[in-house]
Amino acid sequence: MLKINNLHAAIDGKAILKGLNLEVADGEVHAIMGPNGSGKSTLAQVLAGRETFTVTDGSVDWNGADLLALPAEERARAGLFLAFQYPVEIPGVSNAYFLKAAVNAVRRHRGLPEYDAMDFLARVKAEMKAVGMKEEFLYRSVNEGFSGGEKKRNEVLQMALLEPRLAVLDETDSGLDIDALKIVAEGVNRLRSPARSMIVITHYQRLLDYIVPDKVHVLSQGRIVRSGGRELALELEEHGYGWIDAAQGDKAGGASAGARP
Amino acid sequence: MMNAPTSAPTSTPSSASIASPARRGDAIGAFLEQDYAAGFETTLDTDTVPKGLSEDVIRMISARKGEPEWLLDWRLEAYRHWLTMSPPTWAAVQFPAVDFQDIVYYSAPKSKKDGPKSLDEVDPELLRTFEKLGVPLHERARLAGVAVDAVFDSVSVATTFKKELGAHGVIFCSFSEAVKEHPELVRKYLGTVVPPGDNFYAALNSAVFSDGSFVFIPKGVRCPMELSTYFRINARDTGQFERTLIIAEEGASVSYLEGCTAPMRDENQLHAAVVELIALDDAKIKYSTVQNWYPGDKDGKGGIYNFVTKRGDCRGARSHISWTQVETGSAITWKYPSVILRGDDSVGDFHSVALTNNLQQADTGTKMIHMGRNTRSTILSKGISAGRGSNTFRGLVKITPKAEGARNYTQCDSLLIGDRCAAHTFPTIEVRHPTAHVEHEATTSRIGEDQLFYAMQRGISAEDAVSMIVNGFCREVFKELPMEFAVEAQKLLGVSLEGSVG
Repeated sequence: MLKINNLHAAIDGKAILKGLNLEVADGEVHAIMGPNGSGKSTLAQVLAGRETFTVTDGSVDWNGADLLALPAEERARAGLFLAFQYPVEIPGVSNAYFLKAAVNAVRRHRGLPEYDAMDFLARVKAEMKAVGMKEEFLYRSVNEGFSGGEKKRNEVLQMALLEPRLAVLDETDSGLDIDALKIVAEGVNRLRSPARSMIVITHYQRLLDYIVPDKVHVLSQGRIVRSGGRELALELEEHGYGWIDAAQGDKAGGASAGARP
Repeated sequence: MMNAPTSAPTSTPSSASIASPARRGDAIGAFLEQDYAAGFETTLDTDTVPKGLSEDVIRMISARKGEPEWLLDWRLEAYRHWLTMSPPTWAAVQFPAVDFQDIVYYSAPKSKKDGPKSLDEVDPELLRTFEKLGVPLHERARLAGVAVDAVFDSVSVATTFKKELGAHGVIFCSFSEAVKEHPELVRKYLGTVVPPGDNFYAALNSAVFSDGSFVFIPKGVRCPMELSTYFRINARDTGQFERTLIIAEEGASVSYLEGCTAPMRDENQLHAAVVELIALDDAKIKYSTVQNWYPGDKDGKGGIYNFVTKRGDCRGARSHISWTQVETGSAITWKYPSVILRGDDSVGDFHSVALTNNLQQADTGTKMIHMGRNTRSTILSKGISAGRGSNTFRGLVKITPKAEGARNYTQCDSLLIGDRCAAHTFPTIEVRHPTAHVEHEATTSRIGEDQLFYAMQRGISAEDAVSMIVNGFCREVFKELPMEFAVEAQKLLGVSLEGSVG
């Protein structure tokens, strides 16, 4: 269970998240939609522990622990996974080496025996097959020269290997054609389980045709302004984000007017 | 890619220093604090000549070593030439002028008169020193498959596996011993690649060199094991001036590795070596260096000045000389292992990883001089700058008018860690034959906060992530090192960058 309470975050003194509240129960898939600049990616990065952002207020409780007190690598080991919008290239480091180091770091933390080379290869090859990645990607440098679709598949592969309790997918659909999108969505759906929650961040409702969420939230100006079921995404697609911003503007105007003596 | 059939020299200096702050600056900062593991001192009785340099000192050194007249004359000539020279100032390094009269030019552990005949005669304290450095000389503990010549201050103390090598006709011994046992070979080849007056530090070395290693691989012999020299500077105020001469006759091949360390001292110490490699027809010499001289403390106090001239001569057709260096130590590195591609179809390689941390300065690179037809050379340089380190690549690719069909490929990559370091690249290309094919690529990157965060988001610690990224950056060079040394080099880079992550 993830409980985000009144979260405020800033970068270089500029406030991005301004009082965000969200609860995600075990096994649920929540979609977060919103226009550019609304704070979607900031939320993902703050949850994962990126130090470029400063949390200025609020709290995040994750299964009874203070998530914000943990450094990034400990959050990851405890089961928080972020699928990056822009996966990073690491030249000269083979994907196999990187994946094995990551999986074993997480396994050590969970008190499981580390994989040796043979066990790891067997496991990773099976998972690669499931996401439609060729074996050669094991021996290429991490994300280097990968196409957009290959990078996103590599993210889903890592998610499968690391078996997170909470996965945050940051615009995993961006830059994908429809075939790649379907493959990635299938990979994600395969990982849905009662013990695993997911936050799917997207700009377009298209992804939600393939990953059907339990709840949909609309983020605007650093806050969740609307929450609902699957139908909210469709409504949003029909009216566009201008609809939310207009509604939000009215509300903000009303609130400040009401606060005046 | 550049195809340059021009006759005018071209030069494209470029430099980069990145000023944007590293986000995990604190973690990286803590990371760069390191301990120098080889910094201990050994207490021994030594035979030392008085400080300073003069003809008398040179005569004294020559007499101590019982050298023939011709070698003394050679030294004196070099000395007289050196007196007319001044230290080079073109390198991108800064240091106070060296007082050449304040250096001890010869210091040797006291032992029986003509040097130890066997390990039993070597001072056990010396053996322990090398053992501590991971270079056991005892028969039982020797590195399998690697013959070692151990040089302590000014003299070679032991050479292992001599008998086994001798059975193949391979000569591997200290330079002093070669002068005594194989004077004809020494006389024939000494100074033929790096002439005594080549440059200021080479001239100084020629005048005062004390010992070093000598390797001779006869015609058609593939040296059956790796050869290695381990250099250790111990005595205070002492310079180390060794000379290495490696000759591979027709069709011979050898792989040679050099390692170096020194105690931690507040004063700077000078190391001015000369290495000459000679490859005749179809011969191959692979020379690898893992240099870990004391780099000075984090405020830049102390450390070795490593001013070294290394040059290979591909004298024969189809010969091949390959330099691989991993430079993590020294306060200042000034070093350009080069290849003269004289023989037709000869090949020269230079693979380098140079790391500068704290206040270390490195100005290093190579020269590839193409003289023969269809000669080929490859330059692969990886510079890593951390702390306030400064790292300069300086290269010359020269295609002479007779070098028809010469080819060169150069790649220079710089990696910056943190926001106070600098990387510079000064490649010079001189092409004087229209059929030449010269390519140059250069990149500069910074260990990004984004790379670190990506790895840490996967559960990998910051420390492991940095070492993974640095090793990935160096991989193309490490794979050129002999297996066991590649592991060593990887560890050394780890140590040089290691610290506790806050």
